[in-house]
Amino acid sequence: MGCVIETIESEEMDIVLSSMWPEDMNEAGRQFNVERPGVDKDMLEEVTIKREPDIVDFKRLIELANFTDKGNWQLANLVRNWEYKQENAVRLLREELDTLSKQQREVELKKLEILEEHRFERDGYGGNKRPISILDENLKYLYQDAPRRKRDSVFQDEKISVDAEYDSVVYWKQQAMNLEKLLEASLRREQVLIGKLQESIEKLEKQSTPVEELSQVLNRADNFLHFVLQNAPVVIGHQDKELRYRFIFNHFPSLREEDIIGKTDVEIFTGSGVKESQDFKQEVLEKGLPAKREITFETELFGSKTFLIYVEPVFSKAGETIGVNYMGMEVTDQVRKREKMAKIREEMAVQKAKETELTKTIHITEESMRAKEMLATMSHEIRSPLSGVVSMAEILSNTKLDKEQRQQVNVMISSGDLVLRIINDILDFSKVESGVMKLEAAKFRPREVVKHVLQTAAASLQKLLTLEGNIADDVPVEVIGDVLRIRQILTNLVSNAIKFTHKGKVGIKLYVVPEPRNLSKQKSWKASADHSTESPNTRKDSSVSRSTGDQRGSHGCCEGEGIDDNNELKNTLDDQDRDGIPMEEDEASHSNMEESVVWICCDVYDTGIGIPEHAIPTLFKKYTQAGADTARKYGGTGLGLAICKQLVELMGGQLTVSSIENKGSTFTFILPYKVSSISESSDDPDELSDMDSQELSDDEDLHAGVFQFQPRTLGLLSSQSSGRIQKLLPITYGFDPSQSFNGLLEDSSSPSSSITYKEISSEEDVHSAAMDTSSVVEVSPSQNLCSSNLDSAENNEQTHCSSEISDPSVSQERCRTQAQTDRSSECASRKGNEAAKAEVKPKILLVEDNKINVIVTKSMMKQLGHDIDVVNNGAEAVRAVQCNVYDFILMDVCMPVMDGLQATRLIRSFEETGSWDDAVKAGIELAAQHSSPNLLPRKRTPIIAMTANALSESAEDCYANGMDSFVSKPVNFQNLKQCLQQYVPQ
Amino acid sequence: MLGLSLDQLRTDMNRLLAILFHQGVLDEQFLQLQQLQDESSPNFVSEVVNIYFHESEKLLRNLRALLYLPISLSLLLYLINEVKMSDVLCRVDRELCDYKKMEIQLNQLMGSSSSIGAQRLRNVCIAFRAASNHNNRPGCLRALELLEYEYCYLKNKLHELFQIEQQRMLAAAVRYPAPHQHLNNPQA
Repeated sequence: MGCVIETIESEEMDIVLSSMWPEDMNEAGRQFNVERPGVDKDMLEEVTIKREPDIVDFKRLIELANFTDKGNWQLANLVRNWEYKQENAVRLLREELDTLSKQQREVELKKLEILEEHRFERDGYGGNKRPISILDENLKYLYQDAPRRKRDSVFQDEKISVDAEYDSVVYWKQQAMNLEKLLEASLRREQVLIGKLQESIEKLEKQSTPVEELSQVLNRADNFLHFVLQNAPVVIGHQDKELRYRFIFNHFPSLREEDIIGKTDVEIFTGSGVKESQDFKQEVLEKGLPAKREITFETELFGSKTFLIYVEPVFSKAGETIGVNYMGMEVTDQVRKREKMAKIREEMAVQKAKETELTKTIHITEESMRAKEMLATMSHEIRSPLSGVVSMAEILSNTKLDKEQRQQVNVMISSGDLVLRIINDILDFSKVESGVMKLEAAKFRPREVVKHVLQTAAASLQKLLTLEGNIADDVPVEVIGDVLRIRQILTNLVSNAIKFTHKGKVGIKLYVVPEPRNLSKQKSWKASADHSTESPNTRKDSSVSRSTGDQRGSHGCCEGEGIDDNNELKNTLDDQDRDGIPMEEDEASHSNMEESVVWICCDVYDTGIGIPEHAIPTLFKKYTQAGADTARKYGGTGLGLAICKQLVELMGGQLTVSSIENKGSTFTFILPYKVSSISESSDDPDELSDMDSQELSDDEDLHAGVFQFQPRTLGLLSSQSSGRIQKLLPITYGFDPSQSFNGLLEDSSSPSSSITYKEISSEEDVHSAAMDTSSVVEVSPSQNLCSSNLDSAENNEQTHCSSEISDPSVSQERCRTQAQTDRSSECASRKGNEAAKAEVKPKILLVEDNKINVIVTKSMMKQLGHDIDVVNNGAEAVRAVQCNVYDFILMDVCMPVMDGLQATRLIRSFEETGSWDDAVKAGIELAAQHSSPNLLPRKRTPIIAMTANALSESAEDCYANGMDSFVSKPVNFQNLKQCLQQYVPQ
Repeated sequence: MLGLSLDQLRTDMNRLLAILFHQGVLDEQFLQLQQLQDESSPNFVSEVVNIYFHESEKLLRNLRALLYLPISLSLLLYLINEVKMSDVLCRVDRELCDYKKMEIQLNQLMGSSSSIGAQRLRNVCIAFRAASNHNNRPGCLRALELLEYEYCYLKNKLHELFQIEQQRMLAAAVRYPAPHQHLNNPQA
């Protein structure tokens, strides 16, 4: 076998066959392998292949064929195929032979017949039908020249016609001649057949050798392969163990055979990807497992192309890898498309992400809108009831109260205030955070703002502190900004300063600065703020010393000193915060005046406890305070500074702080303001009078060009503004004098505060109106010290009345409430006094918490001729019963503190045992004198329940708890009368 | 002319009262209240009713606050602790309003309403209380709306009534030298 193959491989084959390839080359699994040699260019006649693209190392091929299993197998296949074909041919020949011999036999038989018979008749020659080939018709394409039965008729179908008369000599002669002819023809045919047979035999001999057959087949396969591959962007190759090319098929060859065969990838190509493919092949070679990979080549030869490479190892019979088969397909377009696809997909993903982001944003927006609504709701829902609480408490504080109660009420008010402030803080903060807060631009006068802030602060000041304001003369008279917010910031900072300052002073200083360069760099600014704690000593010291100087200066009203101070401060500030920026103070500020925007720096300084260095970085965070101690000691939410900072930054400015512990701190904020053009020409007196009518002193200051804000202390201004947060509770205004009076009653226990007041009242710069009030204030401590509670209450009422007169519209309603409260308290207080009159009229007690019910029942009783005592809950009822003897009790069932049922139980228990132990157990504080008169058990007091058909107050319950009867609410004359008749014998 | 207007005013008043009674806004307790008005307290009804309005307003405010307080508090939490909005809403739905306190307020309002004979308000109060007993927040909210509506209606009507009464009294004062004369026979 091997030698046969060798001959096949080595021989040159030139036989040209039709290129038609049998579609059903019938052996299963037939495969053609490119390893077969296929160099012949002649076979490309039908299919025009431009150039023979494959380059083969034949020696290698032979080796391959010899030494690889695959090669063997393929050769075996080929041989098998050839054998089959040969068999087929032999069979065909045999059939032909059979047919021929059959014909011969028949001819002989015929001859015999002819001889036998006289008559030669035309006999049907059955052999004129074509024999049925056992092979498929298709095979004729393959074996066109294969031996085949000829169709040419061997003998004619001629009739022998004899015209002569039967049985005549002529007839017989003719007959004999005819037969002779026939015989001749038959012989001729025989000869022809023999010749043909000879020919056939010759042909058979000439028939192709297996080698020829095989080479034909292979050629055809090769042709077909070429045909198929002619336009495919495929490279097929075989490389040996060293990865040298032994065969390559490339449709677009750019290299010649000698350039490729025997060389490796790396030797042939240069550029990226070559090494990778080489490595990949090497890997396959080593692993012995076929693999696929996509490699992008970037070579000079064919540019940037991506190939999908399939590499499979080729094994020798011994199982060693002796090379790789390699097939590459160019997939550059696909890769490009794929990449494009991936990009599109990526974009889609991004789009989708954006979309989700957007929906999220929408969601958040919706949520924040909801939050906004909620904010509005909350501000309303919490603030309004709370302000109700506070204002009611304030009204309450103006009624007759004993000292303890007053204290309680004051606590109530201040806590309420605190809660209000906290809520406002939170609201502000969240408004700024959620971007709800909008700034308004309105014209305002910084001097007035500072003054008002200080006034307000002074009014609620409870310490001996000097408050001072200092406004440089280069600050414009009027600027445009959000005055409310600026006020808020100032108020916050000032109140903060006051909170942490125990002695000394708190002040505000305003002056113009050039636009800070580092405003955009907020972080660096912050850093400088942090860092500033190291170096503010000089500044702080100077500011402290300066402020004492200020005080002196303000006392002496020395303008020049004030200016100097400002300049000095500026210098220090500049040195510290804006190193190296040259400053021409006045020129700069004046030039700023001409511009539309002016930067005003505001210092809020104090001589308080200061801020420890480590706390400064966290100072402006929300809900943080300098330390836990501070929070405990001074209270507060820790929101104030955060809000200030946010507000300042919202307005485009910056807030910084510098501080020395135990010496004080300075909060500085710089804000840009627009300067209204009108205010520049504000020397016009008409315009000034046009503006919000303020004190003349301000105008004078304006005219002078130098503004000196006098240091104010608390007493001076306390009369002018409310002690409470004015804007929140305008309603309280009418009560302010009495209120501060109240506050004083509290404070006056310590003598120092009264001294404070005196000192204040000795200040020279006093309003006449303010003087009046402050004189009252001054008197009050002594009053409080020497006079009784009642007196002070009277005094209180006086003030109350006067305030009512001053503001009748507001107080009308309140007056009624007041009267009401008085009435009820009167009732309560009358109890003791009227004990003596008890025998004359039946004493009736009404226990009812509902005011209306009280009024109605009371007036009904009055019409029925009874005066009644009223208490508001069960506990009070028990106390009242303890102090007085009642003949008849009308008891509401549903009441706060203690309901009617329990009260009845307690009263009954007392009546039975004579002791109030149960009541004490129930937590009722009883009057002290209870023990002496009430030792003996009393007679049973009729207690009538008043029910409103509520579920909790069924008649059974009433009876079970010791009540005698019940009337259903609302009470009317009839049932009242009935009850009275039944239980109060007259 | 004046006498005519006096009669006219009286008719108006009676008609208004009749309407109110017919609508069930007021009941006979209001008449009881009117009976309490005499020379010693000529403005008793309007005084009581004014106090009633004052009180009721407070109670209504409280009720509203109680119903909305959980929201407000949750919102505070939301603002302080950065709780999610949805959590806030959940919380509001989940957490019970202080129905106990609400009931106290309602009892108050019911008591005073029945005392002045504001029947419809009282009925709404009962419904409200039922809703609050079932911890039915939406029901409570509806009832509150209704209550506020009824309250406003009553307030307007009674104001109208008192206005007419005031005019009538003025007219009577002009007409008759003794202004208290007509007060002895209260309107029924």
